[in-house]
Amino acid sequence: MPSQDPLTRREALLKLLRVTGAGAGAAGLGVWLAAHSTRPQATAAITIKHGHAIAPDPQLPQMAVIQGEDPALLARQAIEELGGMHRFISRGDIVLVKPNIGWDRIPEQAANTNPAVIAEVIEQSLNAGAKRVLVADVSCNDPRRCFQRSGISESAQKAGAELVLPDPSRFKEVDLQGEMLRAWPVLDVFLNVDKVINIPIAKHHSLTGVTLGMKNWYGILGGQRNQLHQKIHESLADLADFMRPTLTMIDCYRILIRNGPTGGNLDDVLLKKTLVAGTDPVALDAYVAKAYWNLDVDALPYLVMAAKRGLGTYQFEQVRTSVKTLA
Amino acid sequence: MRLPKPTRLRLTSQIVFFLLFFFLLLRTEFRGSFSSSSSEIRLPHPVALFFQFDPLVAISNALASRALYQGLLWCLIVLIPTMFLGRFFCGWICPLGSIHHFFSNWKSERKRGKQLLESNRYKRWQTTKYYLLIACLIAALLGTGVVGWLDPFSLLVRSVGLSILPATDYGIRAFLGALEHSRFGLVQSLGGILHFILGRLLLSFKQPYFRQGIWLGVIFIFLVTLNFRITRFWCRALCPLGALLGIVSRWSLLGLVKHPDHCNDCNRCLLRCQGGDDPVGGVPWHQAECHLCLNCVDECPERGLQFKFFPADHSIGANLQRRKVLTGLAAGVALVPLARSTPGYAAETNERLLRPPGALAEEFFLSRCIRCGECMKVCPNNALHPATTEAGIEGLWTPVLIPRIGYCETSCTLCSQVCPTGAIWEITAKQKGWPTEVADSKPIRLGTAFYDRSRCLPWAMATDCIVCEEWCPTSPKAVYLRPAEVVDSSGNVKQVKQPYMDPSRCVGCGACEHACPVQDRPAVYVTSVGESRSRTNQILLNRRKT
Repeated sequence: MPSQDPLTRREALLKLLRVTGAGAGAAGLGVWLAAHSTRPQATAAITIKHGHAIAPDPQLPQMAVIQGEDPALLARQAIEELGGMHRFISRGDIVLVKPNIGWDRIPEQAANTNPAVIAEVIEQSLNAGAKRVLVADVSCNDPRRCFQRSGISESAQKAGAELVLPDPSRFKEVDLQGEMLRAWPVLDVFLNVDKVINIPIAKHHSLTGVTLGMKNWYGILGGQRNQLHQKIHESLADLADFMRPTLTMIDCYRILIRNGPTGGNLDDVLLKKTLVAGTDPVALDAYVAKAYWNLDVDALPYLVMAAKRGLGTYQFEQVRTSVKTLA
Repeated sequence: MRLPKPTRLRLTSQIVFFLLFFFLLLRTEFRGSFSSSSSEIRLPHPVALFFQFDPLVAISNALASRALYQGLLWCLIVLIPTMFLGRFFCGWICPLGSIHHFFSNWKSERKRGKQLLESNRYKRWQTTKYYLLIACLIAALLGTGVVGWLDPFSLLVRSVGLSILPATDYGIRAFLGALEHSRFGLVQSLGGILHFILGRLLLSFKQPYFRQGIWLGVIFIFLVTLNFRITRFWCRALCPLGALLGIVSRWSLLGLVKHPDHCNDCNRCLLRCQGGDDPVGGVPWHQAECHLCLNCVDECPERGLQFKFFPADHSIGANLQRRKVLTGLAAGVALVPLARSTPGYAAETNERLLRPPGALAEEFFLSRCIRCGECMKVCPNNALHPATTEAGIEGLWTPVLIPRIGYCETSCTLCSQVCPTGAIWEITAKQKGWPTEVADSKPIRLGTAFYDRSRCLPWAMATDCIVCEEWCPTSPKAVYLRPAEVVDSSGNVKQVKQPYMDPSRCVGCGACEHACPVQDRPAVYVTSVGESRSRTNQILLNRRKT
């Protein structure tokens, strides 16, 4: 004798529906998953608007070479000579200042940009109406030490800038659209700003002879940028093409004459008390390389490559230059 | 004014010290600061504070070195009061004890009703910790710091700092990454805000990875799960610091007095006892096991228990069996010769045993290092990792520098600042040859770099590189270059610069190995020979002058 009443027709129908529903769901999910089976791809590199150069002005000098005692005043005068900060920074701009903060070195060792120069540029930008000024670099040594030891942490903060230390989660895969460099991780802070001011320091480098303005763009990259050495000149031209700065200022207050780019020994440092600034990054590099290392353009193929792409001219003698010595 | 309940005071104390310990552990990291460029980089907080108060570390250090490293004298603050009061440290202060206490309170299948009662009585196996203590102390006397494997702070820093926290970091970053890559702007913003807050409070500057991390984590979790069987099993059966404090509390003036006429055998005191010292009536109280948690006094509804100074009752001290003591002694004595008569110590130095800068010569190092992991946690480049067999069995969990993961920053002395025992003797940046010129100074060397020309790009692949030379921090650089003509696979003749190493300039920091683009097995690598802490592990004759 069955102990329970048999299932009603309603219960049986519901049970059937439930099972059919579950089966249909499983089948549907399976079909959907199968249809979406493709080989996994790495995240696509993003293409981004780049280049922050301003329109040229035939009335104004393209390069300014200022000598003097106070590094901040050198920066101030250089900007004056080139037309004043208002030529470069508009009200409401987000400005990125790109120093060289690559190494765990104090300012006297001339491996990083002079902190007084950075502070002056930040102040000028803010006075010209910039909404925010960011200071960033992807250091080689531990960034915390580099930012502090270079003195730039302190001086930039005091001047009112925001420091952006490289955080591994902030790198984006970007298509650099170069001849050699395509997809590379770039620190995102370099990707969405209005104006970029490149402020490197002049140093010796065994591979390229010198590291000046164009080589400073190394500091936007993450990942395996140590591979760029294999085709260094093409890579530098690609990077300069990608980051066309608003203004370049090469800190020659102290230069690292040998054992660069890390230096360390104070004997490798020469006090030149000069700042070379301008809107033609190729001419600037060519001028500084010749002035302090007596290197001609045949020793610096990357300058020729950059000039070919319309980034400037390596014939710095033909560029409108203003030379001043401050008291 | 009503005084708060003593157990509430005790709980507050446990929480305060627990939070303090974790705060210091989280701050065992250089976060960067805006102070001036020329000042020495020092951590703002005394992150190794708890080790300085640890009498076990101090006594082992004293036995091993016949001296007491800076700061360890502070252990008297814990040791002397323990002599007067008993193991209040275990009940009120120890953060590891608090962790075990917390998990012991969780409902457990194994600890229900009668099982809980029986499991919480005093057990003979609680004496194991005394034998472990004896073995560790003898081993320390004979010159090896293996006590650090069992010291509670060492265990906590090693497990939490090198395993649990990095795992938490990983999990949080993965979660934040998912939020920040969401399609919805609101979710992205939420992710950004959380990232900022957690970045300030909890996250490391960058994700740390530690070798053996999973094993350290698993061991810790296992020890914690033992609490589901026996309340505070670690504290009762294994902790050598607890054993030490138990032994010195035999002269304690404070003791538990039982009033048998009040007792109705309800066993409430036994149910909540933390130390396993038998607060119940009818059996003697084990002074050396009691953590002074005061739960028994709190629980007793009949006011049958009381802590009094100069108690009349006779209590049992650490109850050690002679045979087991001898076993402990023998184990400690045997460990050192057994470990050191095998290669990996004297006969053969592992080439990859790179020690932190400031590390003492190996025999002194092994006797003082308590394998705590503070140096590994603080290293800004994540360069130091717990050793497996590179230093022999006894060297397990001592620090090893692995340049492929992280190199030693030229100016950094953080590991020497946090080492509680002086195994890494505190050094200044100047002793590392920074910022003065290398030619005159004799900087601390960790080893020497060598080229594998069969893997180096300009040597073997007719391709430009020299990233090693670029990164070399010495001045003049230890890496020097010579131009060479090479022929590539298509028969083209090229000019490349080939790197060479000058061992007299190399400090063994590992920056070259770290930067080398042949990342799986670098074409330039550092081995320990040439390390300045060893007189014998040298190549160059003229090093003998120094």
